Amino acid sequence: MTDEADVAYLQRVRPPDWHNPAPRGLYDLVIVGGGPAGLSAASLARSLGLRVALIERARLGGNSLNSGSIPSKALVRSGRAVEAVIDGSRFGGPESGECSADFAAVMRRMHAIRSRIAESCSALRLAALGVDVFFGHAEFADARSVRVGTAALHFKKALIAAGAHPRGAAVPNLEAVGYLTSANFFEMQSLPRRLAVIGGGPLGCEMAQAFAHMGSKVTILQDEPKFLAREERDAAEILSLSLARCGVETRLNTTISGARSVNGEKLIDFENMGIARTLAVDEILVSVGRAANSGEMRLEAAGIVTAADGRIQIDDFLCTANPDVYAAGDVCMAHKFTNVAEASGEMAVRNAFAKAGQRHSAIIAPRCTYCDPEIAHIGMHTRDAARQGMPVKTYTIMMQDVDRAITDGRVDGFVKIHLRAGSDEIIGASIVASRASEMINEVAVIMHARLGMRALAGILHTYPAQSDAIRLAARAYMNSLQHAAP
Amino acid sequence: MTIMTHNPDAALIDRLQRAAFDYFTSYSNPDNGLVADTSRAASPSSIAVVGFGLSCYPVAVERGWIGREPAAARVLKTLRFFWDSEQGEQPRATGYRGFYYHFLEMRSGLRVWDCELSLIDTALLMAGILTAALYFDAEDSEAQIRDLARALYERVDWTWALNGGDTLAQGWRPETGFLHYGWEGYNEATLLYLLGLASPTHPLPAASFAGWTHTYQWENLLGIDTLYSGPLFTHLFSQAWVDFRGIRDSFMRRAGSDYFENTQSAVAIQREYAARNPRGFAGYSRNLWGITAGDGPDNAQQRLTSRDRRYFGYMARGVPYGPDDGTLAPWAMLATLPFDTDAALAGTRHLLRRYPQVCPDERFTSGFNPSCTTGQQAWLSQGWYGLDQGLLVMMIENHRSGLIWNLTRGSAELRSGLKRAGFEGGWLQS
Repeated sequence: MTDEADVAYLQRVRPPDWHNPAPRGLYDLVIVGGGPAGLSAASLARSLGLRVALIERARLGGNSLNSGSIPSKALVRSGRAVEAVIDGSRFGGPESGECSADFAAVMRRMHAIRSRIAESCSALRLAALGVDVFFGHAEFADARSVRVGTAALHFKKALIAAGAHPRGAAVPNLEAVGYLTSANFFEMQSLPRRLAVIGGGPLGCEMAQAFAHMGSKVTILQDEPKFLAREERDAAEILSLSLARCGVETRLNTTISGARSVNGEKLIDFENMGIARTLAVDEILVSVGRAANSGEMRLEAAGIVTAADGRIQIDDFLCTANPDVYAAGDVCMAHKFTNVAEASGEMAVRNAFAKAGQRHSAIIAPRCTYCDPEIAHIGMHTRDAARQGMPVKTYTIMMQDVDRAITDGRVDGFVKIHLRAGSDEIIGASIVASRASEMINEVAVIMHARLGMRALAGILHTYPAQSDAIRLAARAYMNSLQHAAP
Repeated sequence: MTIMTHNPDAALIDRLQRAAFDYFTSYSNPDNGLVADTSRAASPSSIAVVGFGLSCYPVAVERGWIGREPAAARVLKTLRFFWDSEQGEQPRATGYRGFYYHFLEMRSGLRVWDCELSLIDTALLMAGILTAALYFDAEDSEAQIRDLARALYERVDWTWALNGGDTLAQGWRPETGFLHYGWEGYNEATLLYLLGLASPTHPLPAASFAGWTHTYQWENLLGIDTLYSGPLFTHLFSQAWVDFRGIRDSFMRRAGSDYFENTQSAVAIQREYAARNPRGFAGYSRNLWGITAGDGPDNAQQRLTSRDRRYFGYMARGVPYGPDDGTLAPWAMLATLPFDTDAALAGTRHLLRRYPQVCPDERFTSGFNPSCTTGQQAWLSQGWYGLDQGLLVMMIENHRSGLIWNLTRGSAELRSGLKRAGFEGGWLQS
C-alpha cells in the first residue's frame, strides 16, 4: 500500500501513530465496535451530551466500508463500465469487440473511493466529536466494565456492535488450497482469469457478475436450488437469466466434495445432478454468509448470552441478558445490512438513555442486491403474510412496459407492490430494475408516511422515469377497483 | 395444410385430435405399453407421456379410432408392466416406493440418463392409470385393469416423499437422495398434491397443500388478476384431468376465482403479452402466442450477436417474466380450447395459415421460432413430443364432450383429494 489514497485511508480508519487516551472515569456509554452501528450510536450519544468511549479492534467503518458495501459497489460500477462498452453497439455506439478491465485501475479507483468515504468516520473526526477512541481488543471484566489492553473502561451502559465476519465453507482441503472471502477479496492484485464463487447470496452474485463483466470466466457453485434464497422466485429467475447472459456459468443444487491444487490450478470437485465433476480455476471466492463476532469478548463475565448461531441474544428493545448492555448491528440482528445496523445503533442509545421503548422488530428496512438488474425489497413477502393468515394482493408492473425503461434499453425486471387484500395498505414491495436500489426508497417513504395506493396513484412522477412504474402499479390498483365496481 | 384451414372448425379439430392420438399407437412399445417421449430415434419412454396416453384411450374408443377390446388390452399390458417391473433402491430399476423414474428404456423399462425418481411425472402416470380404470368399467372383462390401478396407486408412498418436511420434494435419486428443492409458487403440481392427499395407504397430511399454497401470489399482472405461473402448460396439466369449474380451495375462495378461470386469465396474459411483444419477436400477436415448456433452438449453434437475443434449447419458457426467446409451442393455443374457444381457434387458424410447416402430417411439433432463421427458414423442432399430443387429445375432448372431466368427477380418489385440500362448491357438493 503505497498509494496516497491508501495512506489517507489508513490514517482515517486506523491511524498508525494513534495513542489510546487515558480512560475518563465512569463512561455513560462504552461502545464495542466502530462499524455502522457503533458509529451511529456514538454520534447520537454525543449529541445527547453523554460521555462516550468507542473501542475498535481493527478498522473504523466496519465491514460496510472496509470489505463490504463500499468496495463491492465500486467494483460493480467498474464492471458495468466495461459491460457498457461491450454493449454500446446495441445503442448505436461503436462495435467494441471483446474487452476487459484494467484491473489495477479498477482497484486504484476502489481504494480512492474507500478512502474518500472513510473521512466521515475517521478517528480524528470521532475524537473531535468528543468520543474517546480506543484501538484494541475488548473484553468484559465484569457486568459494568470492559478492558482494552491495560485500560479498564467503566460504564453505566454498554453497546456491543462488534459486527460479523464471513463464514468459511465446510469443504475438505479448501484451507490448504487457499480461498478468498470478503475479508481479503478486495485486496486482490490481478484479475483472475477463472473465478469460482461458492455461494449464491447477494455478495456472491454481485461479484460474479462484476468479474464476468470485467473479463473473468466465472462459475457460481451453490448448494441451494435458486439464487438469493431470501428473494422471491421471479426475482431470482430474472437474475439467473441475467447472469447467464453475461457469461456466468451457474451450478445450482451442487454439493462440493473437496478441493485440490494441481500445477498451480485450484481444482474444485463437486457433484451436480448426480454427476461428479471438477472445475479448474485461478481464484475461489467463498461467500456463504456471515457469522456474528461474539467470541473472545468474555461475554459471560458480563452475563451476556448468545444464541446457537453465535448472535448475541437481545429482546425487542435490543437489550441483552445484562440490563445495562445493549447490542446492535450484525452481532445480533438477523438482517445484516448497513442501514439496519445504523438504525439499531441509534435505537439502542434511545432505549438505554431516553427510555424510548423502540422495538427493532418494527424497523422497515429496504435492501438491495446490486446485480444488473438490481433486486430490492422492503417490508413483508407474500409468503410471510400467507403464513400469518393475511391475504395479499400484488400489483405488478413489468419494466418492459415502462416507457423510460424502454428508451433506456433496461427492460428486465418489475415493480411488485404487495397490499393487504381488500385494502390499499402497502405491506411490502419487491423491485427488480436497473435502478431498483433508488426506486425502493420511494416505497420506503410511502410506507413510512402510510400512504395507500389511492394517494400514490395521484402523485405525479417525472415522465418518462423508471420510478413511474411505482405510480403505474397504483394506477393498476385504481383500474381494478373500477372493474370491480358494480 | 391449406385444405385443413378450409375445414369447418369441428372437422379441423377432429383431424388434429385424431393425428395427435395416433402418436400413441405409432410411438409405443406394444409389448409393455411404454410410450416414447418423442418420435425421434432412440427416444426413451417418459412415464408422464404414458399417463397421458392411458387417458387418451377412452377418447379414442368413444371416437371409434380404436376398438374397446384392443384399447383395454393395451391399457392392461401397460399396467401389468408397471406392477411387475423392478422397484428398489438400486440405480438400475424402474421405480422405488411406488414412484417411477422419469425416463425409462423403451424395451427393458429400466431407468435411463441417471434421471430422477419423479414425483410430478409419477402423478401424471397415476392420473392416467386412474382415468383408464374409471373408463374401463366392464364387470369381468376389465376388472383386472381396475384391480391393478388400485394396487399401483396404493403402492405410491407419498408420505415418504415429504422427506420429513411439510411439503413435497421434486424428486429423488438413488445416488444422492432427495432433490433438495421443492415446489415454490403455483405450477402444475396441484394434481400431484390431490393424488397424494387422497391416498388410502400413504396419504399426505392436509397441511402439506396449505404449505404449498402459502407460496402462491395473487397478482394483478398486465392489468389482469391472476395466480401467476409463467409457462402455459402449468395452467393445463392438472386441468386436463380435473374440472375446476366452480370448485374452490381456500386460496381461490379468498381470491374470488377458481383454477379454471385462472387458466382463462393465463390465456389472456399470453395474448396481452404477445400483443405488446416487448422484445420484438417475429410473429407475436394477439393471435399468435403459446409460450411454454418445449423444444427450442440450440443456443450453442444459434446465438446472435446481441446478448438479449440468446436462444435456449428445451426449457420452460414463460410470460411475462420470461424466459422468452421468441420460441412458440404451436400446439399450445389449441390446448386452451375449453378455456377460451374463440382465442384458441382464431390463433390456431392464423398459425396454420402463416406457418403451415409447424404441423407436419397434421400433428403439431413441439416448437418453432420465427425470430431464429436460417436463410428464410424459421427454426422448427424436429419430430413430435408425446406430452404435447396427449394434452391436446384430452383438452380437445374436454371441449368437445367433457369425457375426461365427466369420468374424473366420478373418481372417489379425486373427490377425496379435493376435499382434503379444502376444495368446496360446484360439482363437489353433489
